Amino acid sequence: MPTVHDWINNPLAVVDGLFAQSNSSPDWEKKVVEYFKEKLKLNDAHTWVPSLNDVPLYYLKPNSLVKFRCMVQDMFDPEFFMGVYETNDLTSNSKVKCGKYKDITVGGQVDFNSRNTVTSERQTFYCVPIPGESQWAKEISFICQARVVPSTSYVPNRHKRSYEEDDEMDTENKLRQSHGNTEPKRQETEAPSHDSSSAHCTSSLDLNFPLPGEKGPACLVKVYEDWDGFKLNDMLEVFGILSVDPALSVIADEREASSLLDPTEVTETVEEQRVHSPPPSLVPRLHMLYAQPLVHNNPLLPSNLSSVLGELASVRAELHTYLTHVLMGDSLAAEYLILHLISNVYSRRDVLPLGKFTLNLSGCPHSSPYTEHLYKVIQQLVPSSYRLCMSLHNMNNQRMVPRKDYTANRLVSGTLQLANNTSLFLDETQLEQGQLDATGVRNITALGNLISWQKVDYDFNYHQMEFPCNINVLITSEGRSLLPSDSQVNLRPTLNPPNLEEYLSAVQVAQVPSQFNKYRIYLSGARALNYTISDEITKAVEEDFVEMRKDDPQSMSAEDLHRLLVVARLLSLSHGQNTLSRDGWMKAKQLEALRISRTQQQKSLSGNEP
Amino acid sequence: ARTSRSEMVRTRTVRCRSSPEDPLSPPSQRSRAHDTSTELQPMPTSPAMDTAAQDVSLFSSPMAPRSVLQSEVDASSPLMYGTPSSRVEGTPRSGIRGTPARQRADLGSVRKAPQVDMHSEPVSESCCHSEQGAGQRLVIWGTDVNVGTCKEKFQRFLQQFTAPNSREEENAGLDLNEPLYMQKLDEISVVGEPVLNVNCSHIQTFDADLYRQLICYPQEVIPTFDMAVNELFFDRLPDSVLEHQIQVRPYSALKTRNMRALNPEDIDQLITISGMVIRTSQLIPEMQEAFFRCQVCVFNTRVEVDRGRIAEPAVCRNCNTTHSMALVHNRSAFSDKQMIKLQESPEDMPAGQTPHTTVVYAHNDLVDKVQPGDRINITGIYRAAPMRLNPRQSQVKSVYKTHIDVIHFRKTDEKRLHGLDEDGEQKLFTKERVAMLKELAAKPDVYERLSSALAPSIYEHEDIKKGILLQLFGGTRKDFTQTGRGNFRAEINILLCGDPGTSKSQLLQYVYNLVPRGQYTSGKGSSAVGLTAYVMKDPETRQLVLQTGALVLSDNGICCIDEFDKMSDNTRSVLHEVMEQQTLSIAKAGIICQLNARTSVLAAANPVESQWNPKKTTIENIQLPHTLLSRFDLIFLMLDPQDEAYDRRLAHHLVALYYQSEEQIEEEHLDMAVLKDYIAFARTSVHPRLSEEASQALIEAYVDMRKIGSGRGMVSAYPRQLESLIRLAEAHAKVRFSSKVESIDVEEAKRLHREALKQSATDPRTGFVDISILTTGMSATARKRKEEVAQALKKLIQSKGKTPAMKYQQLFDDLRGQSEAAITKDMFDEALRALADEDYLTVTGKTVRLL
Repeated sequence: MPTVHDWINNPLAVVDGLFAQSNSSPDWEKKVVEYFKEKLKLNDAHTWVPSLNDVPLYYLKPNSLVKFRCMVQDMFDPEFFMGVYETNDLTSNSKVKCGKYKDITVGGQVDFNSRNTVTSERQTFYCVPIPGESQWAKEISFICQARVVPSTSYVPNRHKRSYEEDDEMDTENKLRQSHGNTEPKRQETEAPSHDSSSAHCTSSLDLNFPLPGEKGPACLVKVYEDWDGFKLNDMLEVFGILSVDPALSVIADEREASSLLDPTEVTETVEEQRVHSPPPSLVPRLHMLYAQPLVHNNPLLPSNLSSVLGELASVRAELHTYLTHVLMGDSLAAEYLILHLISNVYSRRDVLPLGKFTLNLSGCPHSSPYTEHLYKVIQQLVPSSYRLCMSLHNMNNQRMVPRKDYTANRLVSGTLQLANNTSLFLDETQLEQGQLDATGVRNITALGNLISWQKVDYDFNYHQMEFPCNINVLITSEGRSLLPSDSQVNLRPTLNPPNLEEYLSAVQVAQVPSQFNKYRIYLSGARALNYTISDEITKAVEEDFVEMRKDDPQSMSAEDLHRLLVVARLLSLSHGQNTLSRDGWMKAKQLEALRISRTQQQKSLSGNEP
Repeated sequence: ARTSRSEMVRTRTVRCRSSPEDPLSPPSQRSRAHDTSTELQPMPTSPAMDTAAQDVSLFSSPMAPRSVLQSEVDASSPLMYGTPSSRVEGTPRSGIRGTPARQRADLGSVRKAPQVDMHSEPVSESCCHSEQGAGQRLVIWGTDVNVGTCKEKFQRFLQQFTAPNSREEENAGLDLNEPLYMQKLDEISVVGEPVLNVNCSHIQTFDADLYRQLICYPQEVIPTFDMAVNELFFDRLPDSVLEHQIQVRPYSALKTRNMRALNPEDIDQLITISGMVIRTSQLIPEMQEAFFRCQVCVFNTRVEVDRGRIAEPAVCRNCNTTHSMALVHNRSAFSDKQMIKLQESPEDMPAGQTPHTTVVYAHNDLVDKVQPGDRINITGIYRAAPMRLNPRQSQVKSVYKTHIDVIHFRKTDEKRLHGLDEDGEQKLFTKERVAMLKELAAKPDVYERLSSALAPSIYEHEDIKKGILLQLFGGTRKDFTQTGRGNFRAEINILLCGDPGTSKSQLLQYVYNLVPRGQYTSGKGSSAVGLTAYVMKDPETRQLVLQTGALVLSDNGICCIDEFDKMSDNTRSVLHEVMEQQTLSIAKAGIICQLNARTSVLAAANPVESQWNPKKTTIENIQLPHTLLSRFDLIFLMLDPQDEAYDRRLAHHLVALYYQSEEQIEEEHLDMAVLKDYIAFARTSVHPRLSEEASQALIEAYVDMRKIGSGRGMVSAYPRQLESLIRLAEAHAKVRFSSKVESIDVEEAKRLHREALKQSATDPRTGFVDISILTTGMSATARKRKEEVAQALKKLIQSKGKTPAMKYQQLFDDLRGQSEAAITKDMFDEALRALADEDYLTVTGKTVRLL
């Protein structure tokens, strides 16, 4: 008797069933996709589907339907596979079978010369969990998940597991430290030297996560249709059929044993084999039935924004107070931080990205863990973030720009390969005097390009390729940052707590978890709002600009107007208004004036900085 | 076209290469024989048929898969067609017989050694020929190719085809009105390189059906071509001695595709794709024929290798001992093979995706023909083979491995070392597109239209945009090498200087994104090495390789250099050569060479004092050497104009920028695409020449420019300015798609040049435009003043009488006290230096000594 969850437990039966019904008319493929789409639409059905993000792989049933929240890290070459094939078994009954959503043929000898054979094409994406996803985002989506996990024997016990995880992480960290290497995962060659035990075989395989120290499964997602619609670094929620057949992993020894004369064997180097056919126990295959592009990865944000708008004003005020406390009583900086956190590249005009708002918080105390705490606060608020310590060592050694490795035929990830709307926290207070080498200069240039044009030029060895991105960059520095920024706010603490750490943790503790959730919804919600400027306001702004230029042309350049327009936009959005009002414009101007005057004061204070 | 096949009445013949007692015929043949079911035709009965041996499991060797389509139209699969020369062997032609045949591993067909063929072949040969003689219409199994007809057609093609309009490099020196390929055959006999490259488009114009067959069944048709060409060749030139028989290499199959467009339907077809070589493997010796010897009776046998598999004979045919045959490696035949990884060229890629790669196999003499980094067009046969998980399992991975067996390489960037590769650069435009572009060009305001479409997000600066537009088009390339002056620069160089924050960088970014071969560097981050070229050791091959920098990479493009002023002097010095001679000389690590760098430079510089000082000259403001500045055709100032109307328009523009809807943005993108095509088309197909009238106008303009200065006793124009004017006028003519430079072009060139000069070469002290600011780094008045100060100082020293040494400070104070005009320390120093140059005095530390 077919149960409700049959389509989750055994989706291939559904596929085969539809295929058998079709009598080889090609529209069965559409029907399959439709079927699953329909099923997933039904009341919260998608929450029943176990998620690769949360459930360990060994608890998942092979060939069952799973989902995976991920980012497309690399795109492999398209491959041809047997869409339909015929097999002969010993009784010489030939059978026509469907090869879609499968990696391996089943049953009997494949008849390669059958006229029923249909060759089809599919594309493979290498997907990793969303880089820098905050712990809270993971946990919350896990809790949503944990309500029903029908198809696995896995009993979710979050608490216990996280301990295990921590332990694992600790040992791993120790390992890492003992090697004095910041990115052990990227150093494939290093792994075999220190462990021959099978327990560590994970570390010998580089899963190519953009950020060091990331965890989670990577996945080879097989895409059957419209793969041109996906882009690198897209965030996706993939629903697909899990395939973990151990036969998929090609062991190198076995390969060597086989005849070198086989032309199919020499096409791939060992490195390439490793990358493109990793053991499925580590990198499972996922045959995509349906993928939903994710605009954001905030599990709290409801699909209907209007419910958020209601209490927006009060949440904003609370958030502002909270951030003011965090920024040691600096209300202006808190204001700008809010603007920064909801900024978003909403459009591009030829090369110019519109809407980005890179903030430079200068005047951060050096040699105190303040920036670290600040990052923790931001991490609590945004769904994904990463703190990049701009220490000399990091700048000279870290791979920031993704690079194509032609030997392994893959895109080796770098810290700047981030999904949209990730918060990048650049900690310049960590920078010390010293010499930047060639890599360091390249990294600084890459960061500069990222900030100015919101693009990263990936290194393809023979040429560079430009990938537009949408990353919120926050720079903390002592003086003015050496990187460009849209806006610089000089931090001016009004409080001077004797023990900074205690003070900050006290501020943290004062917030109820539900409060945090409100902030999170607020930040993601405000970013998603639409925004327009009416003709009337356009006129007023123009007038204003001309007026300002009349007084002092030096004080108001085109660039200033650019910034002012962004500030006005973000300010309106932060108040939940989706159009610019005269009032909003005035407020934006006041805010900017305040900020500029502070910067100028700072200049005169610290001597004549040019 | 392919559907026509099914309508064709066909009789099939099966080539029976293997004698009946040979149990080792390749499985592909057998399975093919079994494959008749697609049409309800009686099974051909041929002696070679052993339908019983269908045990595919024994040799379930990878077979080319069927195409996706179910219709029998696509049921084409390569037939292990007998090698042409072995067939030819039977025909009584001494020329061919004397020339050894060479294996064509690229076609996947395997040849038996001639002496063995002699025994087994005649059966099939006679069968084939007799049947042909009987007038039956025979086709190769699984195709609609009739060997005889095909051969005849191709011979006719070779004998008759002329290409009067051919502009291909390879046809240089050939009489275009004579049959092209006959001349090439003659060439082969002279040069002794037995390879005939055939342009597929020629075949297509000559005989569309033959072309279709070639594309669909390359594996069958190309050997037939080989056969045809060899017969023809040795007929004509029976005494020629060639290394091996001529091989036909078709290229640029019109189905030229992007790598992304390859799909299962292309399997086993002839395709041409373009891409870049990213990796080449070492040479792989591939066994073509295995030599087995019986351990018992020393009986020898040879087994052909079929798609990488050797069917090892289980029983010795001589003594019937089982499992007695052993492989003798050094008597087996091998051929060269190389794996090449090809990556799709960056231009072909949709945004936001990573490039695809394809595996390509080169065989025999095509091995090592290409290096990583080469841009090539390859013509070859697309193959697919299933992957086995484990040799001991019957299960297969349901995925095919694809690769291309290459037949012909064509480097697209090879000629860039010598000259412009018009053919490779030519972007293919559809007729409609060309018509659309021409219509646009006919509009009287096309120049304004295009310049306003350029970087619409940047406000105003009309003249700058016009200048950049002309730069994008460039002048006409002229070659005066014969008269000893070398190439004339056709590229226009532009320098933008101005206040920070006047969207200079944005303009540069835009241009960089617009042109196909643009490079963007920042003066701050780039070293001379990064701009020019450097030598590095390739980690794999340990060879020294030349890595080219931005300037060489932007050959025929535009090199955008931001923060030009921040560049070190060292780095800047390399630009001198590039910006006038358009070449780059390199002498590093034993590599001495001159690379072409025909690049236009678009540079942006900020003033030394963060704000532009209107009281100073351009040179003083940006502190760049005049030698470099004079190499810029146009120097523009991007200043903040302080004027209310302008402000208003600017504000409106900016606000609009921020709230324009998606559709409007979409429209603009269209404009950018049109602009791109327009420029590409004009650059490749419009080559304006000066008309008489325009030359006169140019002469007048130049004379006028010189006259302006002569009144004030200074030179106001140099031949460089005239050259600039010519370039600008030519570029303007290109904008109009005009093949002639007319006086309106000259007018605009003059105007733009004047505008730029007005901005950059106005002497702030006098208010006059003074070209010497740019050419000598100093305005005429400044020079005069310098002289005066020096003279005054000399007088002062002389008036002091015979004092051999003076205090520096003392002298400075004296001079200041004496002079009515304010004298700065700089001026004083300069005057001292001038006098020192005259050997009048020397300055040592704080003392001035007379000589």
